[in-house]
Amino acid sequence: MIAVLTLASAVAAMSLRNLVHGVLALACTFAGLAAVYLLLDAQFVGFAQILVYIGAVAILIVFAILLTRSGEASPQRRFSSTWAIGVGIAVTVFGLLSGLILSSRAVSQEIRPPPVVTVHQIGDQLLTKFILPLEVIGLLLTAALIGAVIIAMHEKERE
Amino acid sequence: MTPLPCYLLLSALLFAIGLAGALTRRNAIMVLIGIELMLNAANLNFIAFWRFGPNPQALTGVIFVLFSIGVAAAEAAVGLALIIAIYRHYRTINLDQIDSMKG
Repeated sequence: MIAVLTLASAVAAMSLRNLVHGVLALACTFAGLAAVYLLLDAQFVGFAQILVYIGAVAILIVFAILLTRSGEASPQRRFSSTWAIGVGIAVTVFGLLSGLILSSRAVSQEIRPPPVVTVHQIGDQLLTKFILPLEVIGLLLTAALIGAVIIAMHEKERE
Repeated sequence: MTPLPCYLLLSALLFAIGLAGALTRRNAIMVLIGIELMLNAANLNFIAFWRFGPNPQALTGVIFVLFSIGVAAAEAAVGLALIIAIYRHYRTINLDQIDSMKG
């Protein structure tokens, strides 16, 4: 049920003509994915997904749409001139992936009891075992923030 | 409970939808959205393998997805800034018209 909702909104996000409607469908997709994470006993990741994707990325995309004034539906075609090749590549990739998944013997069928994972454990691991990746990603986010501001800033001295 | 292959198929389908969108749309923002969908499909794979894997008490899958979400957020910020810069330069974000480097 949730999977059907997620996939339908993903298809809508990729095929709608109006970009703002597309971003709304994308937010639905992210919410469905967060629900799937909750079903998989990954509560913290589900809430992080809601916070980061619905709260930040979707809003960021809406801002970009408004800034580039592409919200209104364009009279031209939505898809690029080589759309048939792209769809063909996507269908081929999906066929390969599903064939490999269904024929794989590494996919175990038995059901395991749900692991007990608390936020306390995640924080503990983040600050002990994974402290170096945490520092690196903090640096990366700072660099991305500064870089995004510099790229999008008005170049006044050239005018 | 749904076993692992169903989640993997959902993730593969999501990846294919994102790939089709990224390859076929003419609007640069929609291409970025397709890339975000593909990243989310990868995250779903990580969580599914962590949940049904042999050692779910090790939190590696969850931690990896958290870092992946962080990297995806940084990528979205930089990508949208690039799109805004391109729009300011070319006055369009239609990818078929931004072809000044075409040989």
